[in-house]
Amino acid sequence: MLNKEELSEIIRALVPEVVVPEGTQLPEFIVPAENYFTLVEKLKSDPKLSFNYLISQTAVDFQTNMTVVCHLESTNFRYLVVVKVVLTDRENPAIDSLVALYPTAEYLEREIFDLFGIRFNNHPNLKRLFLEDNYGYPLRKDFRDEINIIER
Amino acid sequence: MSEEIIKDVIVGENEDYIINMGPQHPSTHGVLRLEVCLKGETVKYLTPHVGYIHRGIEKMCEANTYQQLIHLTDRMDYLSAHMNNEAVCMIVEDALQVEVPERVKYIRTILDELNRLASHQLWWCAFGMDLGALTSFFYGLRDREHILDIFEESFGSRLLHSFVMPGGLMHDVHPNFQKRIKDFIKYFRTKLPEYDQLLTGNVIFQNRAKGIGMMSRETAIGFGVTGPSGRGSNFSCDVRKIAPYGAYDKVQFNEILETGCDVFARYKVRMAEMWESLSILEQLVDNIPEGDFTAKMKPIIKLPAGEYFRRVETARGELAVYVVSDGNKSPYRMKFRTPNFSNLFVMNEIASGYKIADLIAISGSLDLVIPDIDR
Repeated sequence: MLNKEELSEIIRALVPEVVVPEGTQLPEFIVPAENYFTLVEKLKSDPKLSFNYLISQTAVDFQTNMTVVCHLESTNFRYLVVVKVVLTDRENPAIDSLVALYPTAEYLEREIFDLFGIRFNNHPNLKRLFLEDNYGYPLRKDFRDEINIIER
Repeated sequence: MSEEIIKDVIVGENEDYIINMGPQHPSTHGVLRLEVCLKGETVKYLTPHVGYIHRGIEKMCEANTYQQLIHLTDRMDYLSAHMNNEAVCMIVEDALQVEVPERVKYIRTILDELNRLASHQLWWCAFGMDLGALTSFFYGLRDREHILDIFEESFGSRLLHSFVMPGGLMHDVHPNFQKRIKDFIKYFRTKLPEYDQLLTGNVIFQNRAKGIGMMSRETAIGFGVTGPSGRGSNFSCDVRKIAPYGAYDKVQFNEILETGCDVFARYKVRMAEMWESLSILEQLVDNIPEGDFTAKMKPIIKLPAGEYFRRVETARGELAVYVVSDGNKSPYRMKFRTPNFSNLFVMNEIASGYKIADLIAISGSLDLVIPDIDR
């Protein structure tokens, strides 16, 4: 069983671009958008890690940027890590899709697209999941809906 | 409608027949539409359409305090209401580093298991009814009533109780609580074999449930299918074992795993889990320690800025809560990774190639609760 430092060491060796922030609850890796798919692919295929289970994939709107957050678990070794991608382009955010690695990502990514407007490259069927086509992206912080949301 | 549109709606590629199951179909247990493409009677592929009951719970959480948003989480998976509440409470306790009293942990775990039992009973009766055995519906609801009565006596509500609060419980349990649970365990031990007599050993039922809806272990992991559905495919995913919370580290219980991978394996996992839940209840109910029913909490809860993640095992699988706090009294972003969301979208994979009548059995074996998908 590897501890947090050893895990960071291995993952830093896989993709040198990752940044490991201090003082987080779970081991966390911030990766540039262009290395994102490579990192997750290596996390999944590396026999020492084998992160084969994508627990959740979501996004957070920090107003200055959009962050995509993935929680990955290895069912063999029970490691749990967080992979983050910071997207500075809020107008037209785009990131690689993980559908080729995890089939569950298809609908998780459709949900993110629906609620945040983040586009996923190479996604087989990127359509809105819950809402109508012209609704806007409700989980963005600048979303306004005068009828249904009362500002307090 | 022009002819082109009609052709597009009714007839798919190669003149396959497309049929809509739902949104108001009794076997979907809620508003879910499955667009099923048929070749003869065989399902070629299906596409789930969700969002009929999307209420924007994640957005609402951003406008409410932590005490308020607990009541929203009830409405996600209403049959695992207590586990949903507990997940939010535990994430608040983690963030504030509050140590809850032992009594609270025991009572919460007892309620977890009672809720799981009630949920599995409702699943069992609805599953039997989906397959045409109406008697199971009456048997299941009759026994579920005993659990709901225990809930009603202690919290005043039967389904959505919101009984747990950050730091502990809303108030102490009713003095009859332990006695009634012990009575229930004794009662249900005699009734559970009836379930086996009625469905499990029934040849008609077995013919309908065996060998359909095959889901390999790799499919289960890839699609993130957790809970009894995943464990029916030998995917060990019980959060109670992986990361014990509450009083689960103080009790002996087995994680039920089946290797059958079909509808019947998922059925057997849930039946065995009912026995396991009874055994957990029996170990805990006599040992509830005396003490306070809540830790000392400030009236206004503000989580320190940061990110928090917590998983619990609901009756349907793994519920993960992810909170981003900016130090205010309401969360900056709250994400619920709900078990049914992942469990639903494996449908296309496991129902393709089987007959449309089997589709009912397959969707029943996944035990879907639709509001949990849409949130």
